[in-house]
Amino acid sequence: MPFVSPEDYAKQTVTAVQEYAILSWQALASIFSRPRYWADIFTQMDMIGVGSTAIIVLTGFFTGCVLALQSATSLRQFGSVSLTGNLVALSMVKELGPVLTGLMVSGRNASGMASEIGSMKVTEQLDAMRALGTDPVRKLVTPRLYATMFMLFFLTILSDAFGIAGGALVSILIMGLNPSSYFSNSYRALEYADVVQGLTKPLFSAFIIATVGCYFGMTTKGGTQGVGKSTTQAVVVSSVFIIIVDLLVTRAMIGIFGR
Amino acid sequence: MPPDIQSGLASTLSAPQDSQPVVVFDDVSIRFDVKPVLQNISFTVQHGETRIILGPAGGGKSVLMKLTNGLLKPDSGKIYIFGQEITAMPERDLYKLRAHIGMVFQESALFDSLSVEDNVAYRLHEEGVSEEEAHTRVVEALKFVELEQAIHKFPSELSGGMRRRVSIARAIISRPDLILYDSPTGGLDPITSTTIIELVMKQRDVSHTTSLLITHRLQDAFTLAMNRFNPETGKMEPIPNKGVDESTKFLVLNEGRIVFDGTTHELVTSTDPWLREYLA
Repeated sequence: MPFVSPEDYAKQTVTAVQEYAILSWQALASIFSRPRYWADIFTQMDMIGVGSTAIIVLTGFFTGCVLALQSATSLRQFGSVSLTGNLVALSMVKELGPVLTGLMVSGRNASGMASEIGSMKVTEQLDAMRALGTDPVRKLVTPRLYATMFMLFFLTILSDAFGIAGGALVSILIMGLNPSSYFSNSYRALEYADVVQGLTKPLFSAFIIATVGCYFGMTTKGGTQGVGKSTTQAVVVSSVFIIIVDLLVTRAMIGIFGR
Repeated sequence: MPPDIQSGLASTLSAPQDSQPVVVFDDVSIRFDVKPVLQNISFTVQHGETRIILGPAGGGKSVLMKLTNGLLKPDSGKIYIFGQEITAMPERDLYKLRAHIGMVFQESALFDSLSVEDNVAYRLHEEGVSEEEAHTRVVEALKFVELEQAIHKFPSELSGGMRRRVSIARAIISRPDLILYDSPTGGLDPITSTTIIELVMKQRDVSHTTSLLITHRLQDAFTLAMNRFNPETGKMEPIPNKGVDESTKFLVLNEGRIVFDGTTHELVTSTDPWLREYLA
């Protein structure tokens, strides 16, 4: 591997950030002018949203189950097993639901976007698209961005619901808690600020998943090996970004709502 | 671009004037990283002309083709297409310009998730042409390349030669004023290559469309220069008395520079030592 000077590395990094910012802006802004590719947006909603439902339901459900089991152990020491519902609901809605959904969708779809667009790049299909008078950002990136933002929001709600249901299953069947007590505690634990926080995060995660996945796809170089590299980079970068942005959003929300 | 210039562009593009050059390269240079790919390229392609671009691999021919379509921007120099300077043209206006340019890519570049019909009709669908009219025009274009039986197939089900023919059909469906063929016979067997060259010749002699064609096969280049398409027999035939097609000219590139720009006769009588060796 050739040695890259610090100056070249810095220039490459700044250029990459600039290209990513331009791509993201163009993808966001394209929805406000014609032509709009609604059919592509609905197709992507189906592929990203409906296609991810099964993994999101399973992830949410079993996370809720594990969360109930783990928290009950600690709560038992304080004689507060009955508060399991509070803990599961708060953890799922504020943190685990949005983050795990983001990470799962990132693993499934950021990689899919990078490999699909990357394959088109290395086989000159993106150039062909431009030569035929179509803007690839408008046709490929914008539908994926808005479809992910719309669907991740609902996938997160689904994940939260199944997580609380999973927690209920463990709490009732294994720990013998009263069902109405569990659900009543869960419901009372959640405040408006918690729900807002939990439903704001998927918007940021979706933006990261779609723009990072498409960015690595559109900058793919070097044939099939390059497509593989872009796919891996897209998943790694989007996953790390999701967790970092999660911290920033959480801090901002605590600053705004006080919890 | 201001609306008045935009409408001017549209009117100019809808009816390119015969006297006006279709393609003009004026001292164009481009480099990738530190490596110069094209240096001080200047040439002109007139209306109705077929310009064959020859040269060794890695000489910058495909880059020149992408520059012509505005897919790449030069580092210096100016490029005029239909009289409009494209080097400083915003991408949005380039999309309008490209409605008048057809391009056949080196590896066909068909959309692999779309059927042959949807590939060929891609531009028509983008322009909002009705399904019925689009289908009629797709069948017409596929008949031109003698591939109407493959209309429902997908690119992965086609051979290399068939893909090139679909790519040609996709390029001509909008009846462009300029067609760019980037190595349409590259990697094909001699018989299939001749079929593709015959299609290029048919487009040249029937529609008189201005075109740029890259080829690595000298045989294809001279077949194109020394034959004509006979619409009555539907086949190509040699031009009588060992004549050459006057509208077909050559541009030879080597290491990013033009080493020859002229007619078939001038090419074969050139005394340039490198050129003689290349043609030998």
